[in-house]
Amino acid sequence: MTATETPVGSRKARRPWTPSQIVLTLLGVAVSAAFLAPIAAALLTSLKSEAEAAEIPPHWLPKVWTTQAWKALWETGNVSNWFVNSLVVSVCVTAIVLAVAALAGYGFARTEFKGKNVLMGVVMAGLMVSPAVLGVPLFTTVQQMGMVDTYWGMILPQCAPAAMVYILYKFFQGIPRELEEAAFIDGAGRWRVFFTIVVPLARPSLAAVGIFTFIASWNNFLWPYMVTNNPDLMTMPNGIATVMNSYGIQWAQLMAGGLMAGLPLIIVFVFFQRQIVAGVAHTGLAGQ
Amino acid sequence: MTTTSAESVIAPARAKSAVVSTTVRRKQGFQHGGWFVAPFLVLFALFVIWPLLRGVYLSFTDANISGDGASFVGLDNYRDALNDQAMWDALGHSAYFTLLVVPCITLLAFLLAMLAHHIERAKWLWRLCFFAPFLLPSTVAANMWQWLFTQGIGLFNHTFGIETPWLTDKSYAMLAIVITTLWWTVGFSFLLYLAALQGIPGHLYEAAKLDGANAWHRMVHITLPMLRHITGLVVALQILASLQLFDQAVVMMDFGPGPELSTRSFVQYTLEQGFTSYRVGYASAMSIIFFVIIAAVALGRMVLLRNREEGTR
Repeated sequence: MTATETPVGSRKARRPWTPSQIVLTLLGVAVSAAFLAPIAAALLTSLKSEAEAAEIPPHWLPKVWTTQAWKALWETGNVSNWFVNSLVVSVCVTAIVLAVAALAGYGFARTEFKGKNVLMGVVMAGLMVSPAVLGVPLFTTVQQMGMVDTYWGMILPQCAPAAMVYILYKFFQGIPRELEEAAFIDGAGRWRVFFTIVVPLARPSLAAVGIFTFIASWNNFLWPYMVTNNPDLMTMPNGIATVMNSYGIQWAQLMAGGLMAGLPLIIVFVFFQRQIVAGVAHTGLAGQ
Repeated sequence: MTTTSAESVIAPARAKSAVVSTTVRRKQGFQHGGWFVAPFLVLFALFVIWPLLRGVYLSFTDANISGDGASFVGLDNYRDALNDQAMWDALGHSAYFTLLVVPCITLLAFLLAMLAHHIERAKWLWRLCFFAPFLLPSTVAANMWQWLFTQGIGLFNHTFGIETPWLTDKSYAMLAIVITTLWWTVGFSFLLYLAALQGIPGHLYEAAKLDGANAWHRMVHITLPMLRHITGLVVALQILASLQLFDQAVVMMDFGPGPELSTRSFVQYTLEQGFTSYRVGYASAMSIIFFVIIAAVALGRMVLLRNREEGTR
């Protein structure tokens, strides 16, 4: 089920290079180079002067290496603001989603109450509703609540993801009931069972849900774009795309800003690669 | 009871459970779960259900952005929308994008996963390379490719020695967005395929080898059938995501509708009507139409899956 390594990958003793492995590895290197080329091009462009970035014909390597674009971005832009906004929004969204989705997933999987099946059906229908589908009515709702141009307005509408509830619901269904029943007999209450038995068991799933929520929230463009007008409140992807473009495009700065917005997640991925792959495997198969 | 680890609970549980489980289940613990789901349901009601209902209501009014003085207009918005050629064009652009992206991304993700699965060394490196673009915000990916595709200063044409007007000609603009999207999002489907490939039991291949099956036979008779479910999932997720095209398209086209309106997606047109033209009632009607389309696609997939499962039984 989960993305454990194949036997081949875990074998410690290295096999000799076979012709087919050499061909495949070379192919892998070529494809990887093609995949990384745009990112490399962005990095190299961010190290050119603006004049050089707009030269015709273009060239890959800077003739004169300079960090002026990065410096200018820090000095003139609201980049540090946007970075903090992104961090606040993503961390809050992730924390709230983890809490409410874990509770709801458990509630739907393991408790009984009136109308449970109907509510579960409604939540599943909610999988089809996103800010893209219902942007305008969602905006007027948030406007009515007086949350336009506020942190809460950016955060709360991202905190009701039916998909995450569904993933955790599937996971909790798989935990043997006997575990909880024994604890109930020993006199533990429902909440105690949830926090001392169920949550620790669910740690890998919760990690996956947390990581995906963080990625989605950090990279979310459409909703923050709709709900903020104040440049001081914008998140990273948003500020870079809207504000920097409105000055007339300065490509070196734009590339530097894009890399600043993208880099944190790439670093997160390098550290949490295993959990992310396992999480994708889990959610992917849970979706069946 | 002190803090109990899961393991220490398992052993006694097995012995007791057979006898008491049914009564325990009714009497203790598993009842009154309403409080567990309540926090989520509050958020869900406020930000999913209520906007949906509000959207239905607004779609029958001529509301503007301030919400004042709206009056009931019945089905006028829906009639106008269905007669609005611009709406059909926008829907067509989203559908065209979906038709181009979904087969390409599915095939590409499969090929990349096969490649990454079969290379024995540095497995983490291939994962990182193919997945990295997905970690970029959509706007960043779009800005990068907007620059690569810009005529004259862009490296894309320069590298391939061509002069294609990617962003300014209506026959290429959507193609440019498709290429960007493939590069940016294929990593997610790639990981789904990779995980599925790792889940195929190795003994199937060994048994097939003993029976003299060559690589092609193993691919057609083991790998592809074992991947059928994941392919269904990838296609379904991609269709739903692609129909909601917005971010890449607007950013690459400098927040406009593209050359001769050729990249204006359904979402973009809806938001234009709501936020630029202030026709909230009309935009709400379009949102509801879009919701119905998405729901129909999702339901269609469910029905297809159910039939197929019954067929294989």
